[in-house]
Amino acid sequence: MADFWRLYRRNRSAVIGLAIIAAVILMAATAHLFFPDDPFKLAGKPMSPPGAEGFLLGSDSLGRDVAAGIAHGAKTSLLIGLLATMVAVGFGAVMGGLAGYYGGWIDDLLMRVTEMFQTIPSFVFAILLVAIMKPSIESIVIAIAVVSWPAVARLVRGEFMSLRNREFVQACHIVGMSDVRIMLGEILPNCLSPIIVTGSLMVATAILIESGLSFLGLGDPNIMSWGFLIGAGRTVLRTAWWVCTFPGVAILLTVLAINLVGEGLNDALNPRLRERR
Amino acid sequence: MSASPLLDIENLHVALPQGSERPFAVEAVDLELAPNEILCVVGESGSGKSLTARAVMGLLPQPHVRIERGAIRFGDEDLAKVSEARLRAIRGSEISMIFQEPMTALNPVMTIGNQIDEVFRFHTKLGRKERRERAVALFDDVHLPDPGHIVDSYPHELSGGQRQRAMIATALALDPKILIADEPTTALDVTTQAQILKLIKELQAAHNTGVLFITHDFGVVADIADRVAVMQHGLLVEMGTADKVLNAPEHPYTKALISAVPSLVPRASRQRSAEPVLEVRDLTKVYRSGGSFFGLGGKERKVMAADRVNLELRRGETLGVVGESGSGKSTVARCIVRLNDADEGQILLHEVDLRPLGRAAMRPMRSKIQMVFQDPYASLNPRTKVGKIIAQGPLIQGVPAAEAEDRARELLEIVGLDERAYDRFPHEFSGGQRQRIGVARALANNPQVLIADEPVSALDVSIQAQILRLLDEIRERLSLSMIFITHDLRVAAQVCDRIAVMRQGVVVETGPTAELFDDPKDAYTRELLAAVPGKDWLPTKFST
Repeated sequence: MADFWRLYRRNRSAVIGLAIIAAVILMAATAHLFFPDDPFKLAGKPMSPPGAEGFLLGSDSLGRDVAAGIAHGAKTSLLIGLLATMVAVGFGAVMGGLAGYYGGWIDDLLMRVTEMFQTIPSFVFAILLVAIMKPSIESIVIAIAVVSWPAVARLVRGEFMSLRNREFVQACHIVGMSDVRIMLGEILPNCLSPIIVTGSLMVATAILIESGLSFLGLGDPNIMSWGFLIGAGRTVLRTAWWVCTFPGVAILLTVLAINLVGEGLNDALNPRLRERR
Repeated sequence: MSASPLLDIENLHVALPQGSERPFAVEAVDLELAPNEILCVVGESGSGKSLTARAVMGLLPQPHVRIERGAIRFGDEDLAKVSEARLRAIRGSEISMIFQEPMTALNPVMTIGNQIDEVFRFHTKLGRKERRERAVALFDDVHLPDPGHIVDSYPHELSGGQRQRAMIATALALDPKILIADEPTTALDVTTQAQILKLIKELQAAHNTGVLFITHDFGVVADIADRVAVMQHGLLVEMGTADKVLNAPEHPYTKALISAVPSLVPRASRQRSAEPVLEVRDLTKVYRSGGSFFGLGGKERKVMAADRVNLELRRGETLGVVGESGSGKSTVARCIVRLNDADEGQILLHEVDLRPLGRAAMRPMRSKIQMVFQDPYASLNPRTKVGKIIAQGPLIQGVPAAEAEDRARELLEIVGLDERAYDRFPHEFSGGQRQRIGVARALANNPQVLIADEPVSALDVSIQAQILRLLDEIRERLSLSMIFITHDLRVAAQVCDRIAVMRQGVVVETGPTAELFDDPKDAYTRELLAAVPGKDWLPTKFST
């Protein structure tokens, strides 16, 4: 572990990314301490610029506090990002693992299914799914997971295919190990690094999709999120720039930070790539 | 030696990046290459022999690895100091190089003719038609069949030997003064290797070229070298004429290396029982490829990997299965351990046919046949501790955990490793040590039959000798029967009691080792024996 940290630390921007994410997590965790009220509450005069009327980042057209929205929205974004990624990685790994390990007709079947999902533009597909299922946290998580798992499945399939013919896996066949144990105990640990890296980058994509859905009004109506804030401020962009800008910056920084961390993880976990520099 | 050397390497130091095992990959090396001579640089992996060659060509992986000190004199110039542009002009025209793996050294999307054409275009002012004529003439020189046709082929359409010939033709296109050959025959089969060595020698004599030949194989050295330089850990430990270095070496390292080269004279045969342990009858395996989803796509192709193979393994003996790549020797081994399913035939272990057994029925039989793999780096799971790797087999067979652990520790000792290895990861061990772990894993289930698939071909010659000795010891001690698969007849001569020679899926000849070596019945066996590098040289065993 100490060794891993030493490798990770070498990438300066990855450390900065980690610091930003830590700050966002801290913000999400302490949101109810600093902004104990419901972020949907009308807190004061509408369209107050940042600093005025006791609003740190101004208020929107209905007088809601933008700073409170961002702090509470961080919770939503992170939660949905992580949950959706976990579901997608879990499902994708199972599909890809089975396809890659068994090959043959199982591979053909599972990959054709995967390709079917890949042919539909992912954001349009997500909108469709949420619209059918009624907007709520669960439906958004499911929609994001459904459009993201094929990438994981393809990755895991490739890894499994190259590892299943390795001699150490054959050695396990020879001592009579069962397929499930070979897959979980022997092959999976050897392809964890790329899965972790892809997963970390997928969190960023999930946050973006969630923001996009909320922006279009397809977010959970009872939960504050960054996309919702931007959507609410869109009409007053020219008179009250702060309503859109601050949540936008929050999304930008978070997504950027996650990408930096993903990059750093990649460097630390795949030492062969690193040596090429 | 002539008065003025072609190439004069003086006090060459090649520095490695900080934090490497040693500061210099090549240290204080002095070499001279005369016109019309073949200088072999021999050494084990990590000896710095390849980097020496690359330093001459200016092909070091800079900036991490660079020439720190020393001179490489070629004519009036010092190649360690000349500009990159000058080096480019020299490369290919005056000094050229051939590599180990011709498939990766050739560009797969360009025809062979175009690749040789590039050399002419960069270095000469010949017209298109003349260039093509020269290319065809060169292919004729390297004895490629139908050169007019081969000019327009792509690398994948040629066999390994033909690709290496094409590489040699490209390297010799401009009549270079020096040819550097970095393990040019290591990736080839013995019969092809013999032809390529002959070709290099013939062309070298015809063109008066000085050849710097890098190899790890003393057999090749014996066949081709005029002079030999031996390297160890970046240092030049011994240099002299081939005869002197091969037959009367002075340095202890050279002596140790030569002693480790297996002799082609078969070892004394041992008393054997006639009781068969394992019998393979009419084993047939066909590989199919091509045919795809719902029968769409290309037509199915069939390759007979094993064609009615019959083998008999007797109690306590070592049966060698010898052949070149693609002969089906590994397929047979994989079918016996049921990694692949044979299409037809019987695999009888003590009269029980293993072939039709399902997974569950096979499991108790698994422990009786175990396998040692070729590549010590790929055969151990990098994320599993050594102890667990060894104990896994017995655990699956239902042995209690504590007992399996004791057994694993005991096995580590049997294969000559420290018991502390139990809690370490595979990457902490060297290639030879890893192969010992692989052997320990195979022994963990108390097998009766051990199948070793090229167990030493990825190892350096000195380590190879140790592993062979270990296998011999444990076979004796645990009264195992062993099937030993190898492409190396020298190794086979030292290890096997009987040998089966395979070619294109068919066993062409089987017999006791000594008889087979003295009086081969089959034409192919004779061809194989004749192609063994250095067959006329008998390595001396020095007591060290």
